[in-house]
Amino acid sequence: MPGLMSRLSLIFKAKFSKALDRAENPSETLDYSYEEQLRQLQNVKRGIADVTTAKKRLELQYTGMQQQVEKLDGQARTAVQAGREDLAREALTRKTAVQSQLEGIMQQGQQLEAQQQKLIEGERTLQAKVESFRTQKEVIKAQYSAAEAQVRIGEAATGIGEQMADVGLAIQRAKDKTEQMQARANAIDELTTAGALEDFTGSSGGDDIDRQLAALSQSSQVDDELAKMKAEVGRGSEPRQLEGEDAK
Amino acid sequence: MIVRLLGEGQYRVDDSLLARLNEIDAKVEKAVADGDEQALWSGLQSLAEMVRKNGEKLADEDLSPSDAIIPPEDLSLDEARELMQDEGFIPDIPVAS
Repeated sequence: MPGLMSRLSLIFKAKFSKALDRAENPSETLDYSYEEQLRQLQNVKRGIADVTTAKKRLELQYTGMQQQVEKLDGQARTAVQAGREDLAREALTRKTAVQSQLEGIMQQGQQLEAQQQKLIEGERTLQAKVESFRTQKEVIKAQYSAAEAQVRIGEAATGIGEQMADVGLAIQRAKDKTEQMQARANAIDELTTAGALEDFTGSSGGDDIDRQLAALSQSSQVDDELAKMKAEVGRGSEPRQLEGEDAK
Repeated sequence: MIVRLLGEGQYRVDDSLLARLNEIDAKVEKAVADGDEQALWSGLQSLAEMVRKNGEKLADEDLSPSDAIIPPEDLSLDEARELMQDEGFIPDIPVAS
């Protein structure tokens, strides 16, 4: 039983042996083959563009999550200031959960980045090969007998087909990876909704957290402003003093 | 002979390397059978490193077909199994017709 490398090589050979059987009319085949390559190259470019778009979308989602972490952190702080340890605990628990998921996504993102880089290099190589085929086909047309041309066309077509398959596979894998990341990101989004928090903490009233925290942050904002006003009216403007008071 | 590292490119290596590559290849296959992803990755890494170290990268313009093809280093167990079972893992190749 052949190993993975041998197996892969066999599969590729089987796929390309067809290319070697063709080319009855070398000149015609060459032109057609080139047209076909150009068309496939466009498909590859489109595929890479799709991956890039999906990745950008993920990055946006990722930024949103980071903001979520910051927001939860701020909420926890507000809750502590207001002496609501229960709410602070909820917010921090939620923050920790999102944060740990984020780290996983970040790692996957780095892998994707590397894959994408290789993808772009693969596409560049493919482009160079197609260009090389274009010049070689004229040489083949002009210099070789039909029988010799047939062999050369078969080889060149195989060489290009291999590169196509390689880049095609890389695109497919990068797409799979973005989809996986998308699924994880969506799961986190769900996790950060109030309903999921209930299951997560096992405590009651999870649905209220957002509202309570919002109310709290509003009321403390009012307190802040009130304190500021008092300070201004009472002893002139000394806003820095207020921060010290808040921290207590 | 010419070896392709999938996702990376083609290398020209001495024919004598094939025996050593096949040796690691067998280990890789065993790793898949055992469901040992770490062993799979280290095997694939050894294959790729051996080719990179002993081979000479082919120019982009070169149209030579490869004699051996090595899977990507981060191939998952699932992908490897798919590869062992059928040809589904490799996308259909648009050959010149």
